[in-house]
Amino acid sequence: MGEEKFVENPDYPIELSDDTISEAVKKYPFIVVDCWAEWCGPCRMLGPVIESLAKKHQGEIVFAKLDVEKNSQTAAEYGIRSIPNLLVFKDGTKVGDIVGAMPEDKLLERIRTFK
Amino acid sequence: MYDIIIVGAGPAGLTAGIYASRSRMKTLLLTSQINPSLITTTDIVENFPGFPGGITGFELIERFTQQAKLFGLEIAEDDVVSLERDSRDSMDIWKVNTSSRSFEGFSLILATGSQYAHLNVPGEEKYTGKGVSYCATCDGPFYRDAHVAVVGGGNTAVQEALFLTRFASRVTIIHRRDRLRAAQVLQDRAVSHEKISFEWNSIVEEVTGGDTVEEIRIRDVKDPAKKKTLEVQGVFVFAGYIPNTAFARDVVACDESGYVIVDDQMRTSAKGVYACGDCTKKLLRQVITACGDGATAAFAAEQYIQDLKGNPYGTWSVS
Repeated sequence: MGEEKFVENPDYPIELSDDTISEAVKKYPFIVVDCWAEWCGPCRMLGPVIESLAKKHQGEIVFAKLDVEKNSQTAAEYGIRSIPNLLVFKDGTKVGDIVGAMPEDKLLERIRTFK
Repeated sequence: MYDIIIVGAGPAGLTAGIYASRSRMKTLLLTSQINPSLITTTDIVENFPGFPGGITGFELIERFTQQAKLFGLEIAEDDVVSLERDSRDSMDIWKVNTSSRSFEGFSLILATGSQYAHLNVPGEEKYTGKGVSYCATCDGPFYRDAHVAVVGGGNTAVQEALFLTRFASRVTIIHRRDRLRAAQVLQDRAVSHEKISFEWNSIVEEVTGGDTVEEIRIRDVKDPAKKKTLEVQGVFVFAGYIPNTAFARDVVACDESGYVIVDDQMRTSAKGVYACGDCTKKLLRQVITACGDGATAAFAAEQYIQDLKGNPYGTWSVS
């Protein structure tokens, strides 16, 4: 299952957990992890934006989702105090985070500053 | 070309959407990707009739949306940056511009709501997302067993302070006056809550910390020499609002705070442009009043359009 979860060039946000995030971060040279929770309204607004970006920028940026309610270890490790929170990883290292919902074009601009 | 373009997907905009679609007006509703309706971040709405057990703000909006879609309301996600007056076949129309698109309609309904004002103190921006928050339902669960401050004394501040007691070990409400403005039922709950304490007549001067918030400095509004430092891990800010009307201020008259001025038919100073809900100058900003305004705006806009198209319905026609 682990093999299948990490497809080469996903055009959708892949699901990550406390157990799989480090593996994903190592595999993909540039990955944006959307830390969200069911209880958070703005997160649910951002969801479709992330899906759309994943489709449009397939091959360039990998997008992932991580439910912080079920994966509190990751939330604690990265000191997440506010969601939606996008963790940006480049070559296996966290290079930035983006807090709060924003329109698709603005978000893409912010993400690209970390590339 | 739309009959009506509604800007905003909160209670006011969605109610206008329900009414306009039900009247078979060709209606588009634009929903923001930046500023979600504030009610969607509200833990529980207890005063909207029909829900004796209360309902979460998010679920209420989902229900409004579902209801509007049943009547055929078209919804698009985009943020409006400007409004322009134009004409087609000698009829006045409005253009609604987003960063990438433009929509045309005979009439506009602005229902853009407001957002929480920032404190504008040192450290606030630096620690946004790192201890400073404007959404208790989003971020409250990250403050288990922590001491958090809530700034404000109105309905939202007190309601969210009560919500935060589910997670935090201690909640301190910091309010610039010597009593709360929130509804009495909320005040009673807060005052009697063992986890909640108060700093009256106080304002936040600075937010400090390391990677995340560790302390806030507050001072007495009456005696500026009286200062205090509180050790807190989080600061939730619900002190005042800013209407989301920046894009419309050169088109419709607003008051000095930016709230759109409307008459009893929700007409603004610009012909064919209506406004409703929290973005307007009014006494009480609640879901129920926003819905009422939204229904009125849709009805008035419909009359305006029938008039414009040369098909007025008797004495209701608007001038």
